[in-house]
Amino acid sequence: MIAALFDSIFNGLSIGAVLLISALGLAIVFGLMGVINMAHGELMMLGAYTTFVVQNGFNHLGKQWFEIYIFFALPLAFLVAAAVGLILERGVIRYLYGRPLETLLATWGVSLILQQFVRSVNWVLVIGLTLFCLLFFGAIWIVSRRPDIERIRNWVIAIMLPLSLGIAFATGAFLSQTYKLAVTQPWFGAQNVNVTAPSWLQGSLPLFGIQLPYARLFIIGLTILCVAAIYLFLQRSAWGLRIRAVTQNRSMSACLGIPTKKVDALTFAIGSGLAGIAGCAISFLGSVGPNTGQNYVIDTFMVVVVGGVGKLVGSIVAAIAIGTVNYLIGSGILALSLAPIKPLADFFTFFSTTSMAKVMVFALIITFLQVRPGGIFPQKGRTVDA
Amino acid sequence: MVRRFGRRKFLLYGSAAFGTTIFLKACASNQSTTSTASPTTSASPVAAASGSSGDAIKVGILHSLSGTMAISEQSVVDAELLAIEEINNAGGVLGKKIEFIKEDGASDWPTFAEKAKKLIDQDKVVSVFGCWTSASRKAVLPVFEEKNHMLWYPVQYEGQECSKSIFYTGAAPNQQIEPSVDWLLQNKGKEFFLVGSDYVFPRTANTIIKAQLQAKGGKTVGEDYLPLGNTEVTAMITKIKAALPKGGVIYNTLNGDSNVAFFKQLKGAGLTPDKYPTMSVSIAEEEVKAIGPEYLKGHYAAWNYFQTVENPTNKKFVEAFKKKYGENRVTNDPMEAAYIAVYLWKQAVEKAKTTDIEAVRKAALGQTFDAPEGKVTLENNHHLAKFVRIGEVGDNGLFKIVYSTEKAVTPVPWNQFVAETKGLGCDWSDPNKGGKYKI
Repeated sequence: MIAALFDSIFNGLSIGAVLLISALGLAIVFGLMGVINMAHGELMMLGAYTTFVVQNGFNHLGKQWFEIYIFFALPLAFLVAAAVGLILERGVIRYLYGRPLETLLATWGVSLILQQFVRSVNWVLVIGLTLFCLLFFGAIWIVSRRPDIERIRNWVIAIMLPLSLGIAFATGAFLSQTYKLAVTQPWFGAQNVNVTAPSWLQGSLPLFGIQLPYARLFIIGLTILCVAAIYLFLQRSAWGLRIRAVTQNRSMSACLGIPTKKVDALTFAIGSGLAGIAGCAISFLGSVGPNTGQNYVIDTFMVVVVGGVGKLVGSIVAAIAIGTVNYLIGSGILALSLAPIKPLADFFTFFSTTSMAKVMVFALIITFLQVRPGGIFPQKGRTVDA
Repeated sequence: MVRRFGRRKFLLYGSAAFGTTIFLKACASNQSTTSTASPTTSASPVAAASGSSGDAIKVGILHSLSGTMAISEQSVVDAELLAIEEINNAGGVLGKKIEFIKEDGASDWPTFAEKAKKLIDQDKVVSVFGCWTSASRKAVLPVFEEKNHMLWYPVQYEGQECSKSIFYTGAAPNQQIEPSVDWLLQNKGKEFFLVGSDYVFPRTANTIIKAQLQAKGGKTVGEDYLPLGNTEVTAMITKIKAALPKGGVIYNTLNGDSNVAFFKQLKGAGLTPDKYPTMSVSIAEEEVKAIGPEYLKGHYAAWNYFQTVENPTNKKFVEAFKKKYGENRVTNDPMEAAYIAVYLWKQAVEKAKTTDIEAVRKAALGQTFDAPEGKVTLENNHHLAKFVRIGEVGDNGLFKIVYSTEKAVTPVPWNQFVAETKGLGCDWSDPNKGGKYKI
């Protein structure tokens, strides 16, 4: 009985940890900044692909290196996802603050672009894009140092845009003509790729007669580490203080000299970087593909909404609660423990398959939000400006 | 002032949008040349024939090249292209080259129906090779029946279907599921846990398995279904442990990426093949490579063909495939079935001396082909008589064949264990019998 209870707690926790680690980045971006980032799942996917690339690289180095590749994959996944998040914030989202509908549509578009990008990325595409960015933004940067920038700015854009596009395209066409398959072959392709965990993550730890998979333990540990780091960063560091100030009152913070634009960019980059770490973690559970992120993005929004927007602790409680409920219903334990009460047991047996458990959890969440629309921990007092 | 500013902005953004369109178009045309580059480099006749349909016969290829099923379906396309290339190099069909039109079903069933319509109406193909999941086949079935067209379906499936418009070159349940259940009952244990993806094939397959277990003294201790693409299998594994505390057989009809999550986490939970042998019907050499042999070693799979089948035809097939696609590629059952399909269609066209669908359909019945798995025959019920084999996953990711039938097994599309279809048969050679008649 004790073993069964312990098993339930552990399994509920491990599902909750996967939910939490994928929702953590969103809790910051959506919770603190109020940006509905539909591309969150795709940032996770980028993290997972980074893990795949690192794994392949370390595979060449030899066996003992392969065993520890994950410690290099994690920070790299964070950096890659944070960099993409930063570009996303600077390039798209900062123009859309305070307009949730436009943000939603724009980030959804970005998510489609990212999915297609990993499907078709090859050397030609990368070289073409880099060349275009160098030429176009380089020119803008050079011109912006001239004093008469305001007068000639539009002209520069009108000339440089077709010019740099033309050069980038011509180079791409030339490369694909000369080197053919070597440069036009997609890096990953549309097929899913597989990340093999190092051997020490594949087995399980026997404890009190139950098996604790190392991969799950690792994810739980990683989640705890991330939550602790985020908590310390937000509560103890100077930048954390600024982020909290901007969250509470943007215009007043700006008046007091806090660089709100920098704070926005930093917050978004950290949120995205956490998505990258989550992507690295989930790659040990399943396979990695362009659609990987889509499987998680709904669940992550669910966690943040149930927990209460703007509260990290809410997300933690919500993730663990949803994970445990999902597990208890899906595995049939609830039905089993209610066996004496026949109709109830029948009811829960009906829901005790993986797909039906999901239906039940959704229904429960909708009911819960009817009672408490603000989530478990709603924002109190005067609300933040959007 | 405001107006002038607006116009200038309009010009600016207009030119930007125009430039981007050109850029994207350029990228798109780049893409299409890359995707056709691999077949055309080695098979120039195909490219030469395109455009002039007078001296070419057009066939359609309809598979998921993206999405959750792409992991499996891409390799089937490769096998079909290999067969087409071999036929073209040997002089083609009726003196004409075969030209193929490839469409992506994108792992989305309505898209399959849409693309099937496009292939038939717009491209006017004379035959279509395609589909993997039963859900996609069910989606295109009405299209092919309405247009009275022809589909060659290369994957093992749950049976309970016998369409005039479809030729099934994969296994019927009695050529894969039933023999494997018998083998498990004899060698591995009487208690079965059934896991599957949540769509038509696993659910029908499990109905059959449950009926068969009941008839033969086995026991179904539980079943669970995952939505396609789902990777959270913790609850499922708990159920397996609760239902089979001392070990037992897991019968796995999961499809696509869920398999990766399932086997990774099965190993993590300590359910090893010595106590919990798993029999899979959707995991072949290609999937073993993708999931990783270290997770699958010691588990079983039931198919009609494995790469390790030993005969000269298979040796030739494997060599030809590796030569075209690379040494590290493997061949598997659906690929072999797809390869057979193209050749059977060619033989039927040659016998009918026309590509007319009605005539080819008639001519196809009774065709035999010396396939890599052995000599197969297309029966009157549009299914193939095939060999049945069971393999165990080894270290190198290939299968060690542990069981094999002596003779080809006659296909039975309507299942004889399930009450609703007991006593039904299918015979398209006799117009009075058709797809569903009482024996």
